Amino acid sequence: MIQIVQQLLFVAAIGLTGYLVTKRARFIYRNIKLGKDLEIKGDSNKRFANMFRLAFGQQKMFDRPVVGLMHFAVYAGFLLINIEVLEIVIDGLTGQHRIFAAVIPSGIYHFLASFFEIMALLVTVSCFIFLIRRNALRIPRFHMAEMKGWPYRDANIILYAEIILMTMLFSMNAADAVLQTMGNSHYPAIGTFAISQFLVPIFSGLSETTLVAIERSAWWVHIIGIFAFSVYITYSKHLHIFLAFPNTYFAKMEPKGEMTNMDSVTNEVKIMLGMPVETTDTGDSDEMPTFGAKDVQDLTWRNVMNAYSCTECGRCTSQCPANITGKKLSPRKVMMDVRDRAEEIGKNIDSNGGTFQDDGKSLYGDFITKEELMACTSCNACTEACPINIDPLGIILDMRRYVAMEESSTPQEWNMVFNNIENNQAPWAFSASDRFKWGEELRTQEIKKTVTEKENA
Amino acid sequence: MADTNFLKVPTMAEMVEQGKHPEVLFWVGCAGSYDDRYKRVITAFVKILNEVNVNFAVLGPEESCTGDPARRAGNEFLFQMQAMQNIEVLNAYEIKKIVTACPHCFNTIKNEYPALGGNYEVMHHSQFLQSLINEGRLSVAGGEAFKGKKVTFHDSCYLGRANDVYEAPRSVLEALDADLVEMKRCKTNGLCCGAGGAQMFKEPEKGNKDINIERTEEAIGTGAEVVAVGCPFCMTMIGDGIKNKEKEKDVQVMDIAELVATSKGL
Ligand code: SF4
Ligand code: SF4
Repeated sequence: MIQIVQQLLFVAAIGLTGYLVTKRARFIYRNIKLGKDLEIKGDSNKRFANMFRLAFGQQKMFDRPVVGLMHFAVYAGFLLINIEVLEIVIDGLTGQHRIFAAVIPSGIYHFLASFFEIMALLVTVSCFIFLIRRNALRIPRFHMAEMKGWPYRDANIILYAEIILMTMLFSMNAADAVLQTMGNSHYPAIGTFAISQFLVPIFSGLSETTLVAIERSAWWVHIIGIFAFSVYITYSKHLHIFLAFPNTYFAKMEPKGEMTNMDSVTNEVKIMLGMPVETTDTGDSDEMPTFGAKDVQDLTWRNVMNAYSCTECGRCTSQCPANITGKKLSPRKVMMDVRDRAEEIGKNIDSNGGTFQDDGKSLYGDFITKEELMACTSCNACTEACPINIDPLGIILDMRRYVAMEESSTPQEWNMVFNNIENNQAPWAFSASDRFKWGEELRTQEIKKTVTEKENA
Repeated sequence: MADTNFLKVPTMAEMVEQGKHPEVLFWVGCAGSYDDRYKRVITAFVKILNEVNVNFAVLGPEESCTGDPARRAGNEFLFQMQAMQNIEVLNAYEIKKIVTACPHCFNTIKNEYPALGGNYEVMHHSQFLQSLINEGRLSVAGGEAFKGKKVTFHDSCYLGRANDVYEAPRSVLEALDADLVEMKRCKTNGLCCGAGGAQMFKEPEKGNKDINIERTEEAIGTGAEVVAVGCPFCMTMIGDGIKNKEKEKDVQVMDIAELVATSKGL
């Protein structure tokens, strides 16, 4: 009877998790699609290679080797422990405890279970160190203005949660080991495992009922914790554990210095210069295009996916010359703002029956200020630093296009540059007719040739 | 066999008139055309080109701003106007290969002109110098001027991170037998001089410090006597930083081309 109830509860828990995760995934997918379409260039083999190197292999994480190793341990631990979770899920659904022990040779089972425990220990230790790093060592990039409140708690919650989950795993296995020696039919004899064996003495003196209760409680907390975790991460910066993959696959492959061409402008410029225009569209679309980005809908879907993938690690910001010298710009904040605004727009759409109702706000102005945008030197330090190839610069430059072309509110000095380029063909106010003066002066300079003369062809 | 001559700076128009075509077009850029300090860099490069008889030409009065600062400042219209007019000129002269001393011109012509119909092989002058050295056309060995002198190279964002050119300038410096020291932030981790993205042309936003000062402090910290640069903006920014720190007597800011020209006594 108890068994059936447990199975039913388990099915309910898994169903609820599935429902919540799917709902949230749909919401995020739709929000990413708020961004404009974008042509993905570059061949797919290189994209896969990127994904393997950066997402699977975490290559850039190893730029800081010690942290890289710990992060890798947590990541590998996470991946591998999922095999164990599969066994637990089968257990939950069928009531068949340790199903894999029955189907694979006991030596292998024993080895695997021990291996998972070692991974689990590494995860625990890494999480402890990460907690200390975040909270006690006061590394500046974890404590900047944009990291106050929720982002700060988010990072800690996940670390505590992982430690609890791993502790449960160990308790479960230790209690199990003692139960095996009592000949309980539900607990087949498979022996003790690498780490939990050291916890066995703690449990040895307890009665069978107590032990079963402990084992089952730890089991439930562990699996419910994992379910809760899967829902939680969809609201958290930890979404990167999934989105890092598509994010590195779809990342910008063009040279970092290349800005996207605005085709809508090309046509107009051609008309202005009296050049022939070959357009694919008929040119009489009813809407005037917006030049540059004011809100999330003006960005590309890749920009929005970048925002949902951002881990808020702040490596970008810690390399940003503007930020280093005390300016307001922080590329991490740019990414967090895009995500926050996308969430806001998404909720707006959902509560207004599927269409966005103007809320009088926009990404530019309400989230990201002109001062921040104007401080960027387009140096690409942020894009280089990001472990998963997020591109804050593309967003900043697109928003600058809005400031210049829609709002016409670029700083006065830049307006002068625009005038000079237009009138003098140079950003400075020199006369265009003096452009070649340097060359004419040089031509009067006598030189001594030091090599054998070989006339210009 | 030394003999006297005048420096040659042929323009494309003159070349065409004589029915000639250059091996490479030297794209001078606005700083090279107007900035007094930077004209010395252009002069040095022209002297090297003359010295090794590179068949080159410049656009001269037909050259115009690439549009880079306009584009980074958000004015896409102005950028494309500039780009298309430049491309018209370059294509009319059937230019295939371009060398420029400015990483911003380099990046724009190389990466951004193709989308507007301008396809050229573009080299930064450090790459061009490196290829001249590799081909044996330019020999810098025996130049004593910088032998054992501490030189540090400041990576320009638009050359380095933007286009992955890190080795060419360094290999030219090594050819000079200079004692190359690296700053803590170099190559992919290099620190911007503060001028890119059209920042050159406006006051910086409020902060604790100007970026060029931060970078200059780092450069001075290496103990180098020469800060080598490969970009007109970096030259101005670091030069200003050195002045600000009153170190003009101890530390020189020099372009790669100037270092090569000086070592050859040009
Ligand atoms: S590109 Fe802009 S935001 Fe990114 S690091 Fe450089 S200055 Fe900062
Ligand atoms: S953009 Fe990249 S580097 Fe910056 S905080 Fe997000 S994940 Fe970290």
